[in-house]
Amino acid sequence: MPILQLNNIETYYGAIQALKGISMDVGKGEIVTLIGSNGAGKSTTLKSISGLAKVKNGSIIYKDKDITNRPPHETTLLGLAHVPEGRRIFAQLTVKENLQMGAYSVKGKDIIQERMETVFSYFPRLKERLNQKGGTMSGGEQQMLAIGRALMMQPEVLMLDEPSMGLAPIIVEQIFEIILQLNSMGITILLIEQNAYQALSIAHRGYVIQNGAIVLSGTGSELIENEQIKEAYLA
Amino acid sequence: MLQELLFSLPQVLIDGLALGAIYAVVALGYTMVYGILQLINFAHGEIFMTGAFIGTGFFIMLMGMSWTTAIPQLLLFIIVIVITASFTGLIGVGMERVAYRPLRSAPRLIPLITAIGISFILQDVIRFIAELATGRYILTGPSLFSNQITINFSSISSWFNNASFKTSFLIVLITAILLMVALDYFVNRTKWGTAIRAVSLDRETASLMSINVNKVISTTFFVGSALGGATGVLFAMQYGTIDPYIGFILGLKAFIAAVLGGIGNIRGAMLGGVILGLMEMFAAANLSILTGGIFGAEYKDVFAFAILIIVLIFRPEGLLGKPTAEKV
Repeated sequence: MPILQLNNIETYYGAIQALKGISMDVGKGEIVTLIGSNGAGKSTTLKSISGLAKVKNGSIIYKDKDITNRPPHETTLLGLAHVPEGRRIFAQLTVKENLQMGAYSVKGKDIIQERMETVFSYFPRLKERLNQKGGTMSGGEQQMLAIGRALMMQPEVLMLDEPSMGLAPIIVEQIFEIILQLNSMGITILLIEQNAYQALSIAHRGYVIQNGAIVLSGTGSELIENEQIKEAYLA
Repeated sequence: MLQELLFSLPQVLIDGLALGAIYAVVALGYTMVYGILQLINFAHGEIFMTGAFIGTGFFIMLMGMSWTTAIPQLLLFIIVIVITASFTGLIGVGMERVAYRPLRSAPRLIPLITAIGISFILQDVIRFIAELATGRYILTGPSLFSNQITINFSSISSWFNNASFKTSFLIVLITAILLMVALDYFVNRTKWGTAIRAVSLDRETASLMSINVNKVISTTFFVGSALGGATGVLFAMQYGTIDPYIGFILGLKAFIAAVLGGIGNIRGAMLGGVILGLMEMFAAANLSILTGGIFGAEYKDVFAFAILIIVLIFRPEGLLGKPTAEKV
């Protein structure tokens, strides 16, 4: 039984159809990746799930509940965390305030403090920079903050939109390491990447999206070996 | 000439601070709404005016009742200001809900026009109600805290003249400072305040933090309008006579104060308000001295706005505004 299921999702930006019937599912505890080139509809798929983009047709089922077109402040409450593309941390807020915003719906100072400690155990750098403005940090630190902020919600499903974008290879390595760790703690991961090889190498399963439609799917290792994919994304 | 300027300085400072404090608190409403919606809420001056009328109405009503004579004036003042702020806060929330939210994705010019529409509606509704209730639309409230106090500056140094003010000046100043300190704390130190800042910075991402963006925007309108209404009460108390059109020019000046301080910046709005008030009063007292009688006190606005233009030429982002540069 998948924890998250997309049935024939169609999403439009004005008159332009960005998603032309996306169907995919994510099993509990899996790492699933969605790969594809720029403008294929990867981010739109995540936005449709979290409620940032309005779905015109189709349905999204999360834990047996239809969550199609629920607003983002509700889907996140259900346990779906969305780390947006480009990190989008609150640049003028301190690291601490950014993390507190992640736990906006959480009541109780002790619980928030506890979760913050958990985040620091993954990203010790954030603890050092607690009172620094988010916008003054390096790209890698900002990505850590963006993921840490999402972890403050204690999500069941963590959706990551291009976490490797613009980062040095060594930082990307670290981020993927953390993703694997989080997954081993039981968090389901839905990962969007242009960096297809790296994503497929840690994913249980993958989907390939092209022009708003899924063109291929399979296990991570199957897709890595696939000739078409090698040609299109791994060259 | 310097001697003459110094001579009137104590009185200029006192009058300027009272006016500046009022500008500052009204400017907060502009700057908060701008920060969160990038909308110039031109109806905010009318919220201020509505507060002045509601406050004066309550004062007249309460003081007409016999049992209120036993209540100390200060307590009465606090009650009226709290009631008024709640009323205008709710008007602000309603205004956002009806006139701005449906237009949130419209081009920016459109909500600006509805803001002007709301201004006219508030002016006319208030005028109508005032006329209906009292037969006039220019009201003079009961005179409160009107003891005259004189500070003997001339005994400190013969350079200074004595300055005098009514007790209400102290009430206005203290209340305005309390409101500003409370707002600063609310915005910078509380969870709701942080949420307001988060929504101002990035509405979409804020919603991914389980923040209900519409609620936060409503809260912002409530707080900004409550402050505006409370200041209306202060204004009515300090200057006595009000009419439904006082919100226009005062709102304009408070808006300018917000721009002067750096629009979107809360501390900037406070600073801008105080500076504008002081400059205006300085000009009113000294323009004719400075220009050898060519320009009189009636040119005080020209003087204040000229300073504003000069500041903006050299610091377009305002005194405390920062040209935002973010790493991506």
